[in-house]
Amino acid sequence: MPRDEPDIALSQPSGDEIKTTTCYMCACRCGIRVHLKDGKVRYIDGNRDHPVNKGVICGKGAAGIMTHTSPSRLRAPLKRAGPRGSGEFVEISWDEALATATDWLRDVRQRDPSKLAFFTGRDQSQALTGWFAQQFGTQNFAAHGGFCSVNMAAAGLYTFGGSFWEFGEPDWEHTRYFLMFGVAEDHASNPIKMALGKLKGKGVKFVAVNPVRTGYGAIADEWIGIRPGTDGLFVGSLIHELMKAEKIDLEYLVRFTNSPWLVIDAPGSADDGLFARDGDGKALAFDRKSGTIVDATRSDISSALTGTFKLADGRNARPAFALIAERYLAETYSPETTSTTTGVPAETARRIARELAHAAFEQQITLDIPWTDWTGRRHEKTVGRPVSMHAMRGISAHANGFQTCRMLHLLQILLGSIDCPGGFRYKAPFPRPAPPANRPARPSGPDTPLKGAPLGFPQGPEDLLVDASGKAQRIDKAYSWDAPLAAHGLMHMVITNAAKGDPYPVDVLFMFMANMSWNSSMNIPAVLKHLTETDPATGEYKIPKIIYSDAYSSEMLAYADLILPDTTYLERWDCISLLDRPISGPDGPADAIRQPVVQPDRDVRGFQTVLLDIGARLKLPGFVTDDGKPRYPGGYADYIVNHERMPGIGSLAGFRGADGKSYGRGAPNPKQLDAYIDAGCFHHHHLTPEQSYYKHANQAYLDWAKQVGFIGDAKPVVFQLYLESLQKFRLAAQGHGTVVPPAGHRRRIEQYFDPIPFWYPAFDGADGRAFPFSAVTQRPMHFYHSWGSHNGWLRQITAENCLYMHHDRARQLGIADGDWVWIKSAIGRVKGRVRLMDGVNPDTVWTWNAIGRRGGAAALDVDAPEATRSFLLNHLITELLPEREGGYRFSNSDPITGQAAWYDLRVSIERVAAGEARETSPRFEPLKPPVPAEKELAP
Amino acid sequence: MTSLPAATGKKLGLVIDLDTCVGCHACATSCKEWNSTGYSAPLTDQDAHGRDPHGAWLNRVHSYEVGDGGQSRTVHFPRSCLHCETPACVTVCPTGASYKRADDGIVLVNPDTCIGCKLCSWACPYGAREYDYDDGVMKKCTLCVDRIYNETMAPEDRVPACVRACPTGARHFGDLGDPASAVSRLVAEREGFDLLPELGFKPVNKYLPPRARKDHAAPSAARELPISAAPGSNVDRFFAWVDKTLSR
Repeated sequence: MPRDEPDIALSQPSGDEIKTTTCYMCACRCGIRVHLKDGKVRYIDGNRDHPVNKGVICGKGAAGIMTHTSPSRLRAPLKRAGPRGSGEFVEISWDEALATATDWLRDVRQRDPSKLAFFTGRDQSQALTGWFAQQFGTQNFAAHGGFCSVNMAAAGLYTFGGSFWEFGEPDWEHTRYFLMFGVAEDHASNPIKMALGKLKGKGVKFVAVNPVRTGYGAIADEWIGIRPGTDGLFVGSLIHELMKAEKIDLEYLVRFTNSPWLVIDAPGSADDGLFARDGDGKALAFDRKSGTIVDATRSDISSALTGTFKLADGRNARPAFALIAERYLAETYSPETTSTTTGVPAETARRIARELAHAAFEQQITLDIPWTDWTGRRHEKTVGRPVSMHAMRGISAHANGFQTCRMLHLLQILLGSIDCPGGFRYKAPFPRPAPPANRPARPSGPDTPLKGAPLGFPQGPEDLLVDASGKAQRIDKAYSWDAPLAAHGLMHMVITNAAKGDPYPVDVLFMFMANMSWNSSMNIPAVLKHLTETDPATGEYKIPKIIYSDAYSSEMLAYADLILPDTTYLERWDCISLLDRPISGPDGPADAIRQPVVQPDRDVRGFQTVLLDIGARLKLPGFVTDDGKPRYPGGYADYIVNHERMPGIGSLAGFRGADGKSYGRGAPNPKQLDAYIDAGCFHHHHLTPEQSYYKHANQAYLDWAKQVGFIGDAKPVVFQLYLESLQKFRLAAQGHGTVVPPAGHRRRIEQYFDPIPFWYPAFDGADGRAFPFSAVTQRPMHFYHSWGSHNGWLRQITAENCLYMHHDRARQLGIADGDWVWIKSAIGRVKGRVRLMDGVNPDTVWTWNAIGRRGGAAALDVDAPEATRSFLLNHLITELLPEREGGYRFSNSDPITGQAAWYDLRVSIERVAAGEARETSPRFEPLKPPVPAEKELAP
Repeated sequence: MTSLPAATGKKLGLVIDLDTCVGCHACATSCKEWNSTGYSAPLTDQDAHGRDPHGAWLNRVHSYEVGDGGQSRTVHFPRSCLHCETPACVTVCPTGASYKRADDGIVLVNPDTCIGCKLCSWACPYGAREYDYDDGVMKKCTLCVDRIYNETMAPEDRVPACVRACPTGARHFGDLGDPASAVSRLVAEREGFDLLPELGFKPVNKYLPPRARKDHAAPSAARELPISAAPGSNVDRFFAWVDKTLSR
């Protein structure tokens, strides 16, 4: 039956209007175009001009419309009307909500501002939220970095003044070898995907070191299925081999690192292991030309990297590099020794070392880009070692993560591959001095702002926030002896510590965008108890007042007393600021805004606007004018344009000055947001070619960076292979100095605060024989950073998580594909269904995280598979390690930074008994959500 | 039953690179998003927030493990209509609602004449057709026919939504009937293949196989790293090399 083909409308416009903004479906922050039809969102695609995603969009970003229209969106401010956890709420007006919050906070501030714990989760506005905490006067502020990837960030910043992701990335265009460690899919997601497609097209080798072969690892040329938590040992074996083969870039080390600096060798002395310094505090090195010990930063010397030298006071000192080499050349790091622990065959480690050496030294890249270094020496060409690496939460979320991340950077630096063609490239405003100069601010008094930002980077015991007895001054014990370099705080410990009054109770817990009663905490049953515990004497909750802001009906809502409903990402102003977490590229700094592409259809307000309102009601300095009026009556948009952190420097670097033509520094421009919107909601400044590489020592770059306010001085950044700050803590543990750890902490500090990166077993306290498997998690790519709701399209792709295990090990345990099992840890058990696979380290089991939801959350039906069949491993992860000296229990965190050690979990697996229900356990009582389940709204 | 055009002017289709697909589902959700409001609208969901969420998707991604031990690999496999040259889904259609366009070879369903009998979905061996339970008609990939000729769009956007979205660049669109087209050359160069060619439906879409893995060193790097034979310990030898190198 031949037929005429029907007429089809082939040229219908995609909508009435296209508006640009910035995605917020994960932390990647791609540029998007929102197609609007009849005032509603019709379609979202990637913005081709945007520096982050260059037009592409990910599985989440393209499903944003379903998050925007989700039935779990909150509708109005809420006040708790029943016991905590009951889910009984009444809707209130914003006037009442803001007055209540202000009353609570004013009272705290007048008595003791540190009794406010303000923790902001997946916050992308920390320049504002941190400033609020500072002006309020509480040191108890952080976002979610402590339970995410602070080890990666801090190790990089302390070592070379940069880090992966937001502060730098591989030189994708020129790299010839790419090594990726651990779960890394969830940061810089689109840029990495785009780059992998190109690398594979060019035949660049891509190696994935990861216990699990999924996602990016699935397309790697080589998958190395390492045991969790042993990456440092593997990296150490690569360093061992490269040293043995004499494949180290010595010239690079002498020029850019503290390798030549002399380390005092005087065991028992108060300065043992510190750098020998001259009267001005400048580190010393041995000059082979003159045969004398001189200022190590002089550019006209030939520094020694080996030997032992006598200082003026007669004591011996050795170049830091000699100590580093001795460590890694020891048998401890030989591939033969490490293979039994890592599970990586010695021959594989040796081969990877060969390949790295080949790429770095035999495929050297030379670009026709002249540049001038900080000594004034001109280089006619820019030369690079094209080896690049990436890592994120996988190696970070272990108790040995900080030292492992440092070791990874040590490897990059020994190969001479930081900020060179084909290696790692900084993204402005980085590099910055290593270690970073800013220290955490100390507690203030009633009604008094802090003297600086609450978060910073301690360089020695004197920077800690501890009282005279050594007790923590922060609620999360960041910057105490528990976690001295806790640069992002320990959000995962706030509820536990506050409820226990250890180190003290708080009056108000104020949180934003973090599901702390569910997938963002360890040991959920204990956390739920803490949230609802009362003081028997007064009947009052142990955490008396909880304010929470979110756009969606999460598990956390039921435990809050006052709920401030946020907007969706398409309804708000935001800035992606260089003062905060930039979206720069290696070719130049970039920042961006979100604009409201549609107006809210309900009584919700952007959290940042609400925070500015509360700040003004509290009359916090900077939030009000001299006559006490709100300084930013136009809300967050007003603040973005008009707030100046320093004269001429504000939230956005582009289009500053009265004429909108200044970059970096310039007076506020009332038309700045219009200029951003006209430009596609971002601004990308391009560095000149001569500023583009070796930025840590490139005079043209450093001068420019100082001029625009990125750095204080145009001085080179010297890489801290030997981290003297750590040795200072160690000396304190030996009893030196005025700030020393309490007795129970000393052994731990001495053990872990090694100035040279080393590997030690990460340990959650469980008996390895009783719990033979490591258990780790990751998120599916279509659930990266799913901080919002469960999405009606994405849950059609994944609505249930299983426990994946190697089929050989399952067979030994009599477990078949699809069986239900008990997953047991030292603190509890969880029931889930098993799927068998080949691409997993045999001693490891894993699952997709954050698929499981508590019944009633996220406006899902109570019998949704997320609640009945899916599970969290969080219930199995202890928040406190077993007792140590004196009965004290440290948090389950890295001892240096306090990073949550999610991936140190050990479990056993056992098939459920016949007749046991084929559904998950534990199942908590379903929540009575403030937003009831309803059928989805049509997009 | 419905007849096919004797020949089509073009053979528009997709080339999907299994070497670089990481299984991110960007193509699947972008497709769902565009087609929920475009030519295929509505593209409905059932129980989207309930116990058994499901809906009509014109493009899905499946992940498999293939092989065992050292030979095993994980493959992400996007699946959608292949716009076959001789599609059984069209010839089986009792109303003529399913048809293959004579100009470009796109296989479409006319929703006005589709009676929802599902014969086409039984006939398709690739599982590429999706019945829309709320709309009562069959849905399928249209190669975004309402994008690729759309004069209201920038020329570079006149590609299927899945191709526009794909972050790794694993999806390509073009005329596979023209041997000189970029997609045809890509297929030739990478030895692109048909799915189930033995069934004889002549799929237009092609898949590019995973490239050979470089899981062994390149020949120039294959040799052992030279280890110094000088006397002394590892450390002695290394320090001697450091001193010598720095003295040059």
